[in-house]
Amino acid sequence: MDRREHLRLLVSGSFGAGFFLNEPAEISKEDIETSKKIIRENGGGYGRTDAEIKRDERLHAASFFTEHELKTVAVLSDIIIPADDVSGSATDAGVPEFMEFIMKDMPYLQTPTRGGIMWLDNESKKRFGKVFINTSSKQQLELVDDIAYPDDAKPEMEYGVNFFNRMRNLTATGFFTTEMGIKDMGYKGNQANIWDGVPENVLKKHGISYDKKTLEECVRNSERGIVAKWDDDMNLIRE
Amino acid sequence: MSFEILKTNKEYDVVIVGSGAGGGMSAKILADAGLAVAVMEAGGDFDPAKEEYRTQLRWPWESPRRGAGSTRPFGDFDAAWGGWDIDGEPYTRKNGTEFDWFRSRMLGGRTNHWGRISLRFGPKDFKRKDHDGMGANWPIGYEDVKPYYDKVDKLIGVFGTNEGLENDPDGYFLPPPKPRLHELYIKKGGEKAGVPVIPMRKSVLTRPINTERGVCFYCNQCNRACSAYADFSSSTALMKPAMQQGTVDLYTNAMVREVTTDSKGLATGISYVSKEDMQEYKIKAKVVVLGASACESARIMLNSKSSAHPDGLGNGSGMIGRYLHDSTGASRAAIMPDLIDRERYNEDGVGGAHVYSPWWLDGEKLDFTRGYHLEFGGGMGMPNYGFGFGMDSMRHYIKDEMGNPSVNGGYGKGLKKDIRKIYGSTIGVAGRGESVPQYDNYCEIDPDTVDQYGIPVLRFNYNWTEHEVNQAKHMQETFEEVLTGMGGILLGNKPGEEDNYGLAAPGRIIHEVGTTRMGDDPSTSVLNKHSQAHECKNLFVVDGGQFVSQADKNPTWTILALSWRASDYIVDQLKKQNLR
Repeated sequence: MDRREHLRLLVSGSFGAGFFLNEPAEISKEDIETSKKIIRENGGGYGRTDAEIKRDERLHAASFFTEHELKTVAVLSDIIIPADDVSGSATDAGVPEFMEFIMKDMPYLQTPTRGGIMWLDNESKKRFGKVFINTSSKQQLELVDDIAYPDDAKPEMEYGVNFFNRMRNLTATGFFTTEMGIKDMGYKGNQANIWDGVPENVLKKHGISYDKKTLEECVRNSERGIVAKWDDDMNLIRE
Repeated sequence: MSFEILKTNKEYDVVIVGSGAGGGMSAKILADAGLAVAVMEAGGDFDPAKEEYRTQLRWPWESPRRGAGSTRPFGDFDAAWGGWDIDGEPYTRKNGTEFDWFRSRMLGGRTNHWGRISLRFGPKDFKRKDHDGMGANWPIGYEDVKPYYDKVDKLIGVFGTNEGLENDPDGYFLPPPKPRLHELYIKKGGEKAGVPVIPMRKSVLTRPINTERGVCFYCNQCNRACSAYADFSSSTALMKPAMQQGTVDLYTNAMVREVTTDSKGLATGISYVSKEDMQEYKIKAKVVVLGASACESARIMLNSKSSAHPDGLGNGSGMIGRYLHDSTGASRAAIMPDLIDRERYNEDGVGGAHVYSPWWLDGEKLDFTRGYHLEFGGGMGMPNYGFGFGMDSMRHYIKDEMGNPSVNGGYGKGLKKDIRKIYGSTIGVAGRGESVPQYDNYCEIDPDTVDQYGIPVLRFNYNWTEHEVNQAKHMQETFEEVLTGMGGILLGNKPGEEDNYGLAAPGRIIHEVGTTRMGDDPSTSVLNKHSQAHECKNLFVVDGGQFVSQADKNPTWTILALSWRASDYIVDQLKKQNLR
């Protein structure tokens, strides 16, 4: 993998968690070392300090979830965020991989999550004689319905409710912070632009408007390139 | 870093410790005067225009933790390295009290983090004792600092509006950006609550002030440090031009241990530990300027013990570390039904709010003595770690086409739809207030603890008084009035007496000042009105340590003005050979 290809991966964000863990056969040890060097030279890809780069490398190299746990996380996350006519599902957006990283990044999540998955499997075995992922979709939802609605859940379901709240939070965040999720959300920013106030149709819809003072004192596009000057009374000289 | 300089036994005119607002401004002014200057920075070099440091315009998925605050308390993309806890650089607390000390080890220091809110102190802020009988007056007044505020406005650039307010003075302002939609609602809420909401005052260039720095391109990411240098940080707006003068040597990763002195007790330079080779080095200079931050400068002075200064340099009064005080802070949030399921457009704007509320009840009879201003948050920001959380308690605010509310929690396509609807509908309001400085709130040297460089560390003792607690209680009332006034539904519970009304622990607002305060009386202050140590005439402190009282204004603009003023005085006194 050459430097340009690597940077493309970095920039496109497809360079994800688990890269160092699952070294595909076609990537040599040498390539991995080169990759690490490029990451280090480029601030870890997102402006990291040396200590942060080392920490990221250490987290990427470790693993937390077992295969069974990861499968359970995948099933749960797709129940929480399924595909619809706007965008794909949680697993389409790589939510389980995100969860794997976040468990290592925030170790206080590890025990409650591992314990939560075990609680879910126990509950499932009690009801259906099988671990959660081996039950039918109908059975899965029957169990999830008992822990998904905190205001109506039975008291004995409290631990499951807390677990599911956490999974809902992490799934939603893991989904809507991906390229797919942000496109779905319709966030339009993070780019050079000119802010010239709320669009007229939006103001109208909300029955709200800028007053005269605001319109007069706020910055105008026409003066954006002109070096500011003031008169002796501290007044900005407008064009 | 160049240790050869040491071998040639070079003596600088001035050695400055710290490259933040205080140190950076001093470096700029002294370099402009042609002086030979060494700047000691405890952290690494930093330039947001360089790709290796850039966090600006990055997407959440470029961070494997999606921007969460695991290594940087304000998230992965915040420019500031460090935080309240730094490996190998501990501090301690005593008597069960709380104080959290935020440090940023890098060129530009904490100016890489702050919200760019740039407020002048007003005439009353320098003379609070005259108004409420508490604490102490500054030995200088607004008229002494005003010329420097004026110069800082023009050198660095700040947007805002001249409102003719008595204690929130006018300035040389650039035009502010228009308010966002939720900020127009905030203005409405303010009107109902009798709280003025005016254009924010921030050091962000909505128009150019020179040809060296770019103009804001509205990405909302000032906290990530601007690659176009369109916001103020000391690294880009002060240290860069200072270095271009050719008379400044920057020493990075240089952890200053102490100020060295001669037998007469005058400063001769500093000694520092290089973080690169863990060796100790010395820098010689005619004048020492401390701009390491209020607490770090106090620590250096307290650690600079000699026969001439047995209790620490310039500490014959025992005042160093005393009167440590931070701004107060509390906050509340609401959801705005009018903003649920809103139309999408780019409303990034400048970093943070476009409007704020200056203190509006000065002189009113209240059960606390000093004021606070309001800061606001909200809008359709970039989703980062934490986005989409809380649907277990907030989903019921969403209604379907028939007007039926959703049920809290849940899953599936309906949940996904409701997260879209709730986007951009929450508003936060925070108060930032003035506390009353106390002799018994202090930092001192912990006799039992050193950092990894072998330098004794600070130990803090800090308690809020009833004035701060009552002020926080008042803030909570205000928050509710403003938020409900704009049509918001309050979220969470109102913090009560048992939580100090949501009053943040000292140090959390990162406005700590007062540890080497100015005064005319050498027995009750550390510095004179020129920021010069009473007991060591060639030692100056140019950071927040010199504040007699921290107004409800964010301190940076005043640090910049005072540092410029002190630096002018240093140039003058060096010329007159008064500092030997």
